[in-house]
Amino acid sequence: MDDVRTTVLDILTDLTGSDEVKENPDMNLFESGLLDSMGTVQLLLELQSQLGVDAPVSEFDRSEWATPNKIIAKVESMK
Amino acid sequence: MINLQPYENPQYFFYLLIGLLPIIIGMLYQKRFRWYESLFSLVFLFLIFDGSKISQGIAIIGYTVYETLVTWWYCHYRTKENSKNKTGVFILAVFLAILPLIFVKFTPLFVDGKASIFGFLGISYLTFKVAGMIMEMRDGSIKEFHLVKFLQFLLFFPTISSGPIDRYRRFIKDYDRVPTQEQYLGLLQKGVHNIMLGFFYKFVLGYFFGTVLLPNIEHLAMLSRHNFLGLSWPLVGVMYTYSMYLFFDFAGYSLFAVGISYMMGIETPINFNKPFLSWNIKEFWNRWHMTLSFWFRDYIYMRFVFFMMKHKIIKSRITLANLGYLVLFLIMGIWHGETWFYIVYGIFHASVMILTDAWIRYKRKHKGWFPSNKFTHVMSVVLTFHVVCFSFLIFSGFLNQLWFGIR
Repeated sequence: MDDVRTTVLDILTDLTGSDEVKENPDMNLFESGLLDSMGTVQLLLELQSQLGVDAPVSEFDRSEWATPNKIIAKVESMK
Repeated sequence: MINLQPYENPQYFFYLLIGLLPIIIGMLYQKRFRWYESLFSLVFLFLIFDGSKISQGIAIIGYTVYETLVTWWYCHYRTKENSKNKTGVFILAVFLAILPLIFVKFTPLFVDGKASIFGFLGISYLTFKVAGMIMEMRDGSIKEFHLVKFLQFLLFFPTISSGPIDRYRRFIKDYDRVPTQEQYLGLLQKGVHNIMLGFFYKFVLGYFFGTVLLPNIEHLAMLSRHNFLGLSWPLVGVMYTYSMYLFFDFAGYSLFAVGISYMMGIETPINFNKPFLSWNIKEFWNRWHMTLSFWFRDYIYMRFVFFMMKHKIIKSRITLANLGYLVLFLIMGIWHGETWFYIVYGIFHASVMILTDAWIRYKRKHKGWFPSNKFTHVMSVVLTFHVVCFSFLIFSGFLNQLWFGIR
């Protein structure tokens, strides 16, 4: 499961261009402006290609995917 | 014959309250009288579309039958065993779902400015709900078609005329459950608060800006119409007065719709969250007419970007994001109406979004160059406010009157 964690954090670091996601995995990515709709779509596509997790846009609810930790939990539940 | 337009005047709330009483009492005892809820909704729907509005009444009945068939057919296609989930079928279903709206929206353009006989109050908002459902069926997120629930969702009368636009799965979760007494008392309290605030917004502030102030300032601005581009101080006044009117009138209406929904045990999402305190235009669209902008974000922008990226049609992330903004805001502009000012309004917002993204990238690249403190925050809020008000001046159509004398 640590695998998922590292992969997700790497994807997020790459997308946000900032190490903050690793330092503070409970930060709100949308309120801080680090992630927007464009970044979200990239995240979903990366999850699909790197982890094989198929998360359609319909299942994406900003409040459930707001922080790195929440995203990791979501991905683990979908694997 | 009595005809009552939703939230038109304070008397409407008196009638509403009488109709709501059995629902409120039932809910306090943890009972949902579903047949009564339906009857109540039907009566108030009837009162919107009867008398002189009867042609709209016939239109909404025909529309409802049509959309029910389209949604049922697509759900049937998606849930049968080994559904191929073809993109072509999906596109056909979305097209069929929005066809009535396209037809109604484009009729005035081709038939001398006359409204279509198929139109009725709220057709846009109903269509957004159906189109959203079809896209979620495509994704496999909505897995069943339940006729009664579909109709309850589609024709939920507190939000029928102008939203807020709810989502099917969210709505049904509330509809299926009965809140505990404590939860319901909380909802009731919030509902009453919303309605009171709505009164103040719509019937006091909205009325003051829109009915008392605006016509006078517009008159003054028209007197200076021979200036270069009609520029004058009263025109600046029109810009801010109209913006205030637009906000208080629509936010007031939305508070009514949300408040009445709460009383019926449905937590309809809010539409406005202090939009004039936004620090940039992206934040503004997270706070202004939220359910519409989220609808456009989730069902148009994100799906467009997802499709283009997945099929690697446009490689550059920046180009694609910008193109997405243009697509979204052009559609939004055309949806408001096929006039130059709505389309310019759309292009203006897309441009500001694109510039904002560029600015955010620039700041991220040059960390430490720009201070970030309370003062810069306040400056950003002030700047955003003025940009937004300018866009509303375009949106108001007043420039059409000022420049071309067309009302």
